[in-house]
Amino acid sequence: MNESLTLLGFGSTGWGDELATGVVVTVTLSLATLPIGLCLGFFLSLAKQSDDRLLKLSADIFTTIFRGLPELLTLFLVYFGVNAGLKSLSQATGLPDIALSSFVSGMVALGVVFSAFASEVFLSAFRAIPHGQREGGMALGLGRTKVMLLVILPQLIKIALPGLGNLWMNLLKDTALVSVIGLADILRQAQIAARVSREPFLFFGTAIVLYLVLTILSSFVIGGIDRWTKRGEVAR
Amino acid sequence: MSGNGPSLAAPAPPPQKPKIAGMIAIGVWIAFAIAFVIYFAKAFDTTLIARFGWSYLSGLWVTVSLVAVSFVLGALVSLPVALGRMSANPIAGGSAFAFVYFFRGTPLIAQIFLVYYGFGQFHDFFEAIGMWWFFREAWYCGLLSLALNTAAYQAEILRGAIESVPKGQWEGGRSLGLPGSVIFFKVVLPQAMIVALRPYANEIILMIKASAIVAIITVYDLFGETRQAYSRTYDFQTYVWAALLYLALVEALRHATNWAERRLTVHLKR
Repeated sequence: MNESLTLLGFGSTGWGDELATGVVVTVTLSLATLPIGLCLGFFLSLAKQSDDRLLKLSADIFTTIFRGLPELLTLFLVYFGVNAGLKSLSQATGLPDIALSSFVSGMVALGVVFSAFASEVFLSAFRAIPHGQREGGMALGLGRTKVMLLVILPQLIKIALPGLGNLWMNLLKDTALVSVIGLADILRQAQIAARVSREPFLFFGTAIVLYLVLTILSSFVIGGIDRWTKRGEVAR
Repeated sequence: MSGNGPSLAAPAPPPQKPKIAGMIAIGVWIAFAIAFVIYFAKAFDTTLIARFGWSYLSGLWVTVSLVAVSFVLGALVSLPVALGRMSANPIAGGSAFAFVYFFRGTPLIAQIFLVYYGFGQFHDFFEAIGMWWFFREAWYCGLLSLALNTAAYQAEILRGAIESVPKGQWEGGRSLGLPGSVIFFKVVLPQAMIVALRPYANEIILMIKASAIVAIITVYDLFGETRQAYSRTYDFQTYVWAALLYLALVEALRHATNWAERRLTVHLKR
């Protein structure tokens, strides 16, 4: 027991500080991916309900591909495929070599997957808002942008929040996959610690507990946002 | 007197002109498709197919069988968990909730590592109780993690579906003098299953995608075979093949679900 505590402690004898940096990396990656996924997902959902058939078709193709591929495979496609593409591009044009780091690859791959799922959440939320809301806004003389920002969006966030909360949990868990291509997140640090100390159960168990703490914290935060969006409703 | 003269019919909507945004978006996809075809025509290599074709098929079989077995095992485990979640008993309810929260709140890859690498630390113990053959094999470890993981998700699906059946169905069964188990299996469960069909199909799709993770612990499923083929050839098309196979699998399943749902809910349509 004492031995385990020393191994998990901070400083040169323990792996506590490495695991802590892993937590920071995991949280940073999730938070950096979230805005990309949300924005892209929002515009995809707009494309899916436009009367322009080609635009709708394009958005549907995007969703079909990135909802159907395993996250791990998407990650590998981005990491190896885009990097190979960039390399041949720089060879062809003589531009300096640029390569995606594992962090950026993770951001791109997870952001794309997140947006594919988020577009469906936004789409069903859009459908839940009565048509009269938009017409009422128009009748008051608001422009299209103002109707969207002042009338539709506040209601949209409220309706879409539970679905988006689930997607955030998935995103947080999916960041663990990026450890496979070498990102020093919680799982990667636990793997290194397990190999060096030969205590795999202790370190993978700790990693799982850390993820559990992150998801529990997230559910509190999401619950808080949920109450905030519903502050105008009458308590029942 | 003809009632529907041309003036009464709604004017046909003017033909939609494609707009600029849609043209650009579909143009990007078409450019992608052309680039893809050119790339594939140039990179396509029949010797690669001859060399890795069979291993891809065996990998596909491993993926499908892993998902099928763990889905069925998960379904068996999920029944008591779902009943526990619905029971008024705080111990049963609490432990079922903890089970669900644990498996849904942590990454599957960490669970798989804990089972495969973590349990290996207790080699002597498992040897003593004669279970080492199980925890030694990556396939069994992947199966165990996937089955427990999907059990947690399926328990929530099952609970939601059972709770969606109106109370009157239970009461009706009871007033006919049917025992509780008969009401559950013959009256409530069939109705719940129609509600649960789509979530279950989604769960299978999620499992097919998640099962790629077992490649990391050296199971040669579709993704594992792909990684091996790539590490031998450094040819990127190996990943593209895998992507096409996974997409085909998932899309086939999605269309099959749509078809099955249409067939099974014929009596509910008005």
